[in-house]
Amino acid sequence: MSGATLTKKDFQSDQDVRWCPGCGDYAIIAAMQKYLADSGADPAKTVFVSGIGCSSRFPYYMNTYGFHTIHGRAPAVATGVKAANPELDVWVVTGDGDSLSIGGNHLAHILRRNVNVNILMFNNEIYGLTKGQYSPTSPVGTRKKTTPMGSIDRPFNPVSFALGSNATFVARTIDSDAKHLARMLKAAHEHQGTAFIEILQNCVIFNKDYYGGFADKKVRSDKMIDLRPGEPMTFGKDGDKGLKSKGWHVEIVPADEADVWNPGLKSAAPSFLMSQLDDDPSLPTPYGIFRSVRDAVYENELHQQIEKAVADQGAGEIQDLLHGGATWEIEG
Amino acid sequence: MTMTEQPDAELPIQQLESVVIRFAGDSGDGMQITGNQFTRTSALVGNDLATLPDFPAEIRAPVGTRAGVSGFQLQFSSKDIHTPGDAPDVLVAMNPAALAVNLKTLKPGGIVVVNTGNFKDADLRKAKLESNPLEDGTLDGYRVIAIDINERVAEALEDSPLTAKEKLRCKNFYTLGVMYWVYSRPLEPTENWLREKFARKPDIAEANIAALRAGYNAGDIHQLFHGHYEVPKTDALPAGTYRNIMGNQAVAMGMAVGAKLAGLTPVLGSYPITPASTVLEELASYKRFGVVTIQAEDEIAAICIAIGASFAGALGMTSTSGPGMALKTEAMGLAVSAELPLVIVDIQRAGPSTGMPTKVEQSDLLQSIFGRNGDTPIPVVAASCPADCFEMAIEACRIAVQYMTPVIFLSDNFIANGSEPWRLPDVADLEPFPATFATNPEGHLTYQRDERGARPWVRPGTPGMEFRLGGLEKDVTGNISYDPANHQKMTDERHAKVAGIADSIPTPKVAGAQEGDLLVVGWGSTGGIITQAVEDARAQGQPVGHLQLRHLWPLPHGLDEIFGRFKRILVPEMNMGQMARVLRSEMPTHDFVSYTKVTGQPFLTSEIQAKIKSLLEN
Repeated sequence: MSGATLTKKDFQSDQDVRWCPGCGDYAIIAAMQKYLADSGADPAKTVFVSGIGCSSRFPYYMNTYGFHTIHGRAPAVATGVKAANPELDVWVVTGDGDSLSIGGNHLAHILRRNVNVNILMFNNEIYGLTKGQYSPTSPVGTRKKTTPMGSIDRPFNPVSFALGSNATFVARTIDSDAKHLARMLKAAHEHQGTAFIEILQNCVIFNKDYYGGFADKKVRSDKMIDLRPGEPMTFGKDGDKGLKSKGWHVEIVPADEADVWNPGLKSAAPSFLMSQLDDDPSLPTPYGIFRSVRDAVYENELHQQIEKAVADQGAGEIQDLLHGGATWEIEG
Repeated sequence: MTMTEQPDAELPIQQLESVVIRFAGDSGDGMQITGNQFTRTSALVGNDLATLPDFPAEIRAPVGTRAGVSGFQLQFSSKDIHTPGDAPDVLVAMNPAALAVNLKTLKPGGIVVVNTGNFKDADLRKAKLESNPLEDGTLDGYRVIAIDINERVAEALEDSPLTAKEKLRCKNFYTLGVMYWVYSRPLEPTENWLREKFARKPDIAEANIAALRAGYNAGDIHQLFHGHYEVPKTDALPAGTYRNIMGNQAVAMGMAVGAKLAGLTPVLGSYPITPASTVLEELASYKRFGVVTIQAEDEIAAICIAIGASFAGALGMTSTSGPGMALKTEAMGLAVSAELPLVIVDIQRAGPSTGMPTKVEQSDLLQSIFGRNGDTPIPVVAASCPADCFEMAIEACRIAVQYMTPVIFLSDNFIANGSEPWRLPDVADLEPFPATFATNPEGHLTYQRDERGARPWVRPGTPGMEFRLGGLEKDVTGNISYDPANHQKMTDERHAKVAGIADSIPTPKVAGAQEGDLLVVGWGSTGGIITQAVEDARAQGQPVGHLQLRHLWPLPHGLDEIFGRFKRILVPEMNMGQMARVLRSEMPTHDFVSYTKVTGQPFLTSEIQAKIKSLLEN
């Protein structure tokens, strides 16, 4: 099937989409379908794997192969898919509860293994499908049904989590910025190894516009900074402000003094520093590409070892396996 | 027993039919290696044999304590045997703790070989002994062969470049050498093994070989024993090519071969757990056979990797033990709902919770058959002895592929680490069961069932067949459905599919009496012990039959009729009566007598014999 002839519509399944009206997921799936069509993806070779939660219904609406699995385990299932068939183009769709609470272990391990899959983590800082409990990314003090006096546990920063897990590609984008979203999907897709994208996603029912304070279109250019590899770290409505690192601090400087962003350094320290930027309310919240480095891809190594064993010792047949130890004959 | 005077030998060689030896020492003394080497050599000289490794979970419990005692028992024989023997003829005790823990099992009048070098006051204290059993009469009635093995090894290795500590570590091979002399075994197989194992450390290989030879010569020169013995090669086993096999090794081979017979790539996701880790280790060494293994981050990831692999068109597999089974439960449900082939290997150990990781039990049966949320049927098979693991692992693969279902394969710690001679099957006799993949979109439905009730398998990557699958209830198209009638239908179909597997399995044969007062029904590792007990009972004229179940769920057809021919059915098992409970609920009209043991040790043949006798008398 020639991908070039496909349109966004070809990637839509025949199932009725059942997210709430106004849900950020609609924008994300539309961007995904458009990106796949534009990039010439083959639906037959594309697999979406998800866990449990609102975001994890995603595969049902894609006209590709899809596997809606169990809570938190999509990274492990996706690892198995890639181990069995490295040719498949695998996307994991997950949420903040799915990937950072019940599935935190698997997320950490797929990232360190560097399996060549793309992980889309929809972060709305809330449990939506179970009707509005705080999540592991909710800020301290979040008042929801299970935290009537406010949550007391400190949240995960998903980008820092991914960097700490030695991820080779880490990005952040926003459901409401279609162009940026498309650019991140493309960069993630082109990356060899695990690509992790945190997508700030609006749950209009249980956590409406939680990111409005910095991601709303009216304030975004001043309150957020897009980390573009190889470009100066500038932001602001007029592009007049920049960021510069001074030792372990990052300061706002005039645009012409801004550092050039490099997400591909050997050390992940600058990426980590940038991931923590929004802890300081005077600094902009970063999005874009935090980290992009090349490293060995897990499933390639997995199969190369098998190929090497076959090359060195010959392809094994059942007879060789059974007669592999010391044997003796008993005569009749 | 016959006594044969050898004209050229100074000492007589006695011929024995069977011998049971138990090697016991500290966890660090290398008793498992010693036992395995004796086993391997005995197999190569043509004996039938069965083994029982018995070791603590701690890698190195405090030295010299009772908790740290590691044992290895084997029976080798010139006849067809089925068990590692109830009571050893010979106990090799490397320290006081080993003697204290194991002496009670020794046959009256049996031989005790002790390393006197480890019977100093400090050693006795560690073993919590108030007096020296070598002097206080504890060993009256036994034949004691006292050797200062520490001293003898030091002498033998005087010229070795190893440190004194390293030299002392060779004492197990000295001990092995002594036992090789006593039972007229060749040294070459162990010497070759040592040279291969320590190819990069020739000093260690040569020191161990020197210790082995010194032990052998000590038997010869010092006349420690009043003669030596020979257990002739068996002629009771059928003709063929044999190798010695451990249970977990046979599982691994069966899984690799099962996948080949299905024409699929085996992908094992597994997490290390006692006593199943060696299945993962073994399969990890099968790379040239195309086996893919992933050591996962946890038990759940391990099964999910296997499920992902099956979704992608490979044969997913996972191996674990009881606690891991508990963790994998939710994922098993996904495999049932998605109807994907999957082989789940459970090497059972004593529970509950962490229980006794290195001790045997059969207590995961009900968990395997029923232990999931929802009505979630999974077929269960069990191996009866180490060699049977090969056949039953293949059978698990067959059922998984032909019925698009997860299958649980049960083994246990006794089988896993036990070994026996295995007559290698003729590869041509292994029947292939090639997996088929749907490729034609015309009229294709994701859950359209075949005559077995299995849905079609579609390999992602196939053009035009894109589908979505998941753990939510679905209808025949694979799309989500909450329709009440559909859920009833799908639940019924899942159950009918698994129940229908019984159509593909043979009715087990009854050994011994075909009808009468008593049938003994076993499953799993009790097989050899029941076989022995029933054979002995029949030799004494008791009319008893034996039926060993290998398919536990669904049960084979024909059992009701077989059970109907017997007045009572004895069900021995190493749990609180789980199989008896299953049989009572499935076939309530028969008189099942549950006989249970949960000591972490296998049944003794004598225990089963006594139970048979008492049932026949009452």
